[in-house]
Amino acid sequence: MFDFSNVTIWFDALLRQTLGLGDFWSILIECILVGVLILAGYAILAICLIFMERKVCAYFQCRLGPMRVGPWGIFQVFADVLKMLIKEIFTVDKADKLLYFVAPFLVIIASVGTFSFLPWNNGAEVLNFNVGVFLLTAVSSIGVVGIFLAGWASNNKYSVVSAMRGAVQLISYEMSLGLCLITAVILTGTMQVSGIVEAQVGPWNWLIFKGHVPAIIAFLVFLVAGNAEANRGPFDLAEAESELTAGYHTEYSGMGFGFYYLAEYLNLFVVSGIATTVFLGGWAPVNIGIEGFDGIMNLIPGIVWFLGKTFAVVWLLMWVRWTFPRLRIDQILKLEWKYLMPLCLINLVLMTIIVAFGWHF
Amino acid sequence: MYFILFITVILTAVVLVVGAYVVAKLIGPRSYNPVKGQPFECGIPTRGTSWVPMHVGYYLFAILFLMFDIETVFLYPWAVAVSKFGPMALCSIGFFLLVLVFGLAYAWRKGALEWK
Repeated sequence: MFDFSNVTIWFDALLRQTLGLGDFWSILIECILVGVLILAGYAILAICLIFMERKVCAYFQCRLGPMRVGPWGIFQVFADVLKMLIKEIFTVDKADKLLYFVAPFLVIIASVGTFSFLPWNNGAEVLNFNVGVFLLTAVSSIGVVGIFLAGWASNNKYSVVSAMRGAVQLISYEMSLGLCLITAVILTGTMQVSGIVEAQVGPWNWLIFKGHVPAIIAFLVFLVAGNAEANRGPFDLAEAESELTAGYHTEYSGMGFGFYYLAEYLNLFVVSGIATTVFLGGWAPVNIGIEGFDGIMNLIPGIVWFLGKTFAVVWLLMWVRWTFPRLRIDQILKLEWKYLMPLCLINLVLMTIIVAFGWHF
Repeated sequence: MYFILFITVILTAVVLVVGAYVVAKLIGPRSYNPVKGQPFECGIPTRGTSWVPMHVGYYLFAILFLMFDIETVFLYPWAVAVSKFGPMALCSIGFFLLVLVFGLAYAWRKGALEWK
């Protein structure tokens, strides 16, 4: 497989040796480049996902979706971004101005932070800590604070109710998410994101095949909990538009609302990306143990595999969103605490037994 | 090196938000009137503040969350070592899990998981 770290090592050598820059300048240039790449990827994916959501939603409802702006409406999202940018940034009189201003920062930090953990290709991760998966859950939980502060600082009764609902839902589902990741960590024996993917290279080595029953259960629970973490689908209680106007971002105008919109779609991508990385092999190609087939599959670049699998999971989550009706708060909490959580604990013990006695493939 | 990258990522997020805010401030219109400063609720003037005590159920779940979230934190280092220790790993974490499951069962029995 092509190793992207060749490119980064080459670039580092170019700065240090060919151009003769010192430590400080080369690291500064590299960091700026990383930042620009993250922003570019973030923006491109947001535009793709918003357009995809509109079209998928439309086709599920037997409509055509946006068709007017450009061919098949592909410029609709650009028009919307422009519209958001030229709207006034406005604060309600009685809002808590400081918290109101800080909240979008926390949401975007959580979203960009988790986004940069994703392994795009062999050797192409931005953040590759040895405690990767653990830090990832830690960073993702900053988003809860952002959503809660946004609702609370707005001083709007709907927003406060929404903030409470959002907080209780997000913290509840965070546990299932964590337990599912632990189930995967037991099987791979490492928390490093690149290590988890490398353990899945090879014939029938994706965790969902390797860990058979417990891994499949963990994958499904992860999708449910991830959908709830991304505040989408049947779990969009926090912004239930028919009862709470728009929930925690009712009082945000223009770009302030835009950040929440952006974060919601990127969180969807991040959840699908983590599900892909941990259970579906990340950039690892489909290998079935027949040499000719594997050789052809290995020729396809890792990023194509990663994006392909991730968008398949994104499509699955969109399907779920536009199919199921919204749940009530008591149903959401019951689902998590009485079904998913005990299931996750049993699944954890099951996986431990399978790994301890070597009953996996 | 990874610490620097982590700071870079956080700064990137901050730059994104600040940049978009600055652009919106520069090209957006500005106007004010008292009705615009009202919260978007029902169309009639809002009474009192919204910062009132909420349903206690939310806090109960938050407390339960604290307990089980700490549990998942403790499980991470153990999960990395399972494949090295084999069946011993299950014995060593068994008691810990047992206490936690007992805690969940107790909360369940006491009705802390019901939404009233």
